[in-house]
Amino acid sequence: MVQGVGKIEGRSLWQISWIRLKRDKVALAGGAVVLLLILVATFAPLICKIIGVTPNDFHQDLIDPSLQTPIGKWNGISADHPFGIEPVNGRDIFARIVYGARISLLIAFLATLLSVGIGTVAGVVAGYFGGWVDSLISRLMDIFLAFPLVLFALALVGAVPDQLLGLKGDSLRVALIVFIIGFFSWPYIGRIIRGQTLSLREREFVDAARSLGARRPYILFTELLPNLIAPILVYATLLIPTNVLFEAGLSYLGVGVRPPTASWGDMLSIAANWYQVAPLYMVPPGLAIFITVLAFNLFGDGLRDALDPRSR
Amino acid sequence: MTTTDTDSTAAKSPTGEELLSVTGLVKHFPIRRGVLQRQTGAVQAVDGLDFTVTKGETFSLVGESGCGKTTTGRLLTRLLEPTAGKIVFEGRDITHMSEGKIRPLRKDVQMIFQDPYGSLNPRHTVGKIVGAPYKLQHVKTEGGTKKAVQELLELVGLSPEHYNRYPHEFSGGQRQRIGIARTLALRPKLIVADEPVSALDVSIQAQVVNLLEDLQNEFDLTYVMIAHDLSVVRHVSDRVAVMYLGKIVEIADRVDLYETPMHPYTLALLSAVPIPDTKRRARQERIRLQGDVPSPINPPPACRFHTRCWKAQDICKTVEPPLLQLAPGHQTACHFPENQPGGDAPKTGTAG
Ligand SMILES: Nc1ncnc2c1ncn2[C@@H]1O[C@H](COP(=O)(O)OP(=O)(O)OP(=O)(O)O)[C@@H](O)[C@H]1O
Ligand code: SF4
Ligand SMILES: [Mg+2]
Repeated sequence: MVQGVGKIEGRSLWQISWIRLKRDKVALAGGAVVLLLILVATFAPLICKIIGVTPNDFHQDLIDPSLQTPIGKWNGISADHPFGIEPVNGRDIFARIVYGARISLLIAFLATLLSVGIGTVAGVVAGYFGGWVDSLISRLMDIFLAFPLVLFALALVGAVPDQLLGLKGDSLRVALIVFIIGFFSWPYIGRIIRGQTLSLREREFVDAARSLGARRPYILFTELLPNLIAPILVYATLLIPTNVLFEAGLSYLGVGVRPPTASWGDMLSIAANWYQVAPLYMVPPGLAIFITVLAFNLFGDGLRDALDPRSR
Repeated sequence: MTTTDTDSTAAKSPTGEELLSVTGLVKHFPIRRGVLQRQTGAVQAVDGLDFTVTKGETFSLVGESGCGKTTTGRLLTRLLEPTAGKIVFEGRDITHMSEGKIRPLRKDVQMIFQDPYGSLNPRHTVGKIVGAPYKLQHVKTEGGTKKAVQELLELVGLSPEHYNRYPHEFSGGQRQRIGIARTLALRPKLIVADEPVSALDVSIQAQVVNLLEDLQNEFDLTYVMIAHDLSVVRHVSDRVAVMYLGKIVEIADRVDLYETPMHPYTLALLSAVPIPDTKRRARQERIRLQGDVPSPINPPPACRFHTRCWKAQDICKTVEPPLLQLAPGHQTACHFPENQPGGDAPKTGTAG
């Protein structure tokens, strides 16, 4: 890194963080995988078309009729089916993994967005206004965190009709899961933002603004928020893998999107039924979840190190 | 106990116009405990201050860490609302003025903060920081804000090219200059400088102090200068008030205070200051105070200094010594003051 002398533009903390992030190879690798996953999810139809696979077509000619498992080794891997095929109906695993990434990432992103949105507003309000507002919001967070979320999800998804608010089928399911995960995980981020706001509020630059006659919106949006974006970004990145796992768990329990729509959790739950005769079927969805969670976590940790002003 | 006007030794006459007057100023921070947040006590950070600040002077507030200096500064700038007492600025009572009413007045009273690292928003450029006063007070300047900011930067000894830089690219001294530029933007009348140099390297302290002095002459500023020891403000003060545990124990013109201190606590503080005056150094040993500063949550009764004072008598523990004028322009709160004009005879008077 060359440091120019004389008339250089000021380097913001963002630029410094970026320089630091660029040096963190592990985080960069995580980030690259994250990017790849996003591309795969976005272009799932195109990718499948190029490879020549489809997620929902049966290939029962490739299934051993007596065992109901794929003919051949390794889930029946072949040139036509790079990751092999499912037991019983012979759907292509590669295509289902690729399409599963869509569901998984879509839900994880939207749920994270929702919880970050609620959590940030609640955390900033609690931290900035303090007093009884803070007490109220903090108790609310305790209650939400104590909520038996999985049971609630099972009950809610079971009780919701096939059509609601103009949504139906998969979109309704996705919306429901996003709502459940997002609405109940905002306290995690809310607490962090509350703490950050509390400590920022005491900083002297806030007093300086006040002594110049700044109003509350100015202090909130111009003085505090720019300092909160880094932690929001970091914890959002770290919340995504949690939500990926959560979504997988819900699909595993059968409250995710409905078959035949592919999802990693659903694939795992089918695999669980077959682990004695076709143990390898567990590997692709398991690895997909593992890699996704790991990549996001590595990237998020690197981001935290890069953005943390204390390590300056 | 208002200061009667007798011509004192100070260069600037105290007959000048009164800019700020503080009477009985109190700030207690409630301590709340438990689920119900019931008040269980209070930090008596500032507990009854009386002083006035004259236009154009530098009035220094000196005392150990935790004695309530910053709290006083924040009360004067109305970042805090007093628990009791009265603050009058330019004839206007601002003690409990609402935020809306006080907003336009904030132009006139500005504060330089203690921590040059905390007082500048790390996400804002220098231009944005120093330009904020114009924006917040809707002040239009000839040639635009950018030009005005760059002029301010030059004024405090920085380069106009620093406009787009960020605070973390500067040293402590430079940051404090940025903070000073910000306080000057609105051409205030009074600047409360809260230990403006205590966080800086000793080698830079003098530069910043000199800058403040130059600016005072150029813009007719009045300073309330806060410091934790008597050496820093020695050359810039016109008058000095010594604080101990939320109270003022002595106020005097600079010369009087350094040459004939009356309160034992002032003596102790002075004995810790390197003295160029060899006569007095020979005469005076370093006074080492016993024990720590007591907690402002539960301060000692009557004279708050009695737990550490070598002259303490029974009366000091039962009767609070009032802040009395014992010499022209020289007020002290002690039952047994030193260096009295009429000799060292112990004063036995009680609170009146
Ligand atoms: N917001 C607050 N809430 C509760 N207590 C406070 C608050 N602000 C200050 N105090 C307490 O009031 C007392 C005086 O604090 P203050 O900051 O005014 O001291 P100071 O003289 O400026 O000290 P220093 O030299 O360390 O800056 C301290 O005991 C401090 O803990
Ligand atoms: S009043 Fe008594 S205890 Fe207090 S400073 Fe004077 S002599 Fe010491
Ligand atoms: Mg202080």
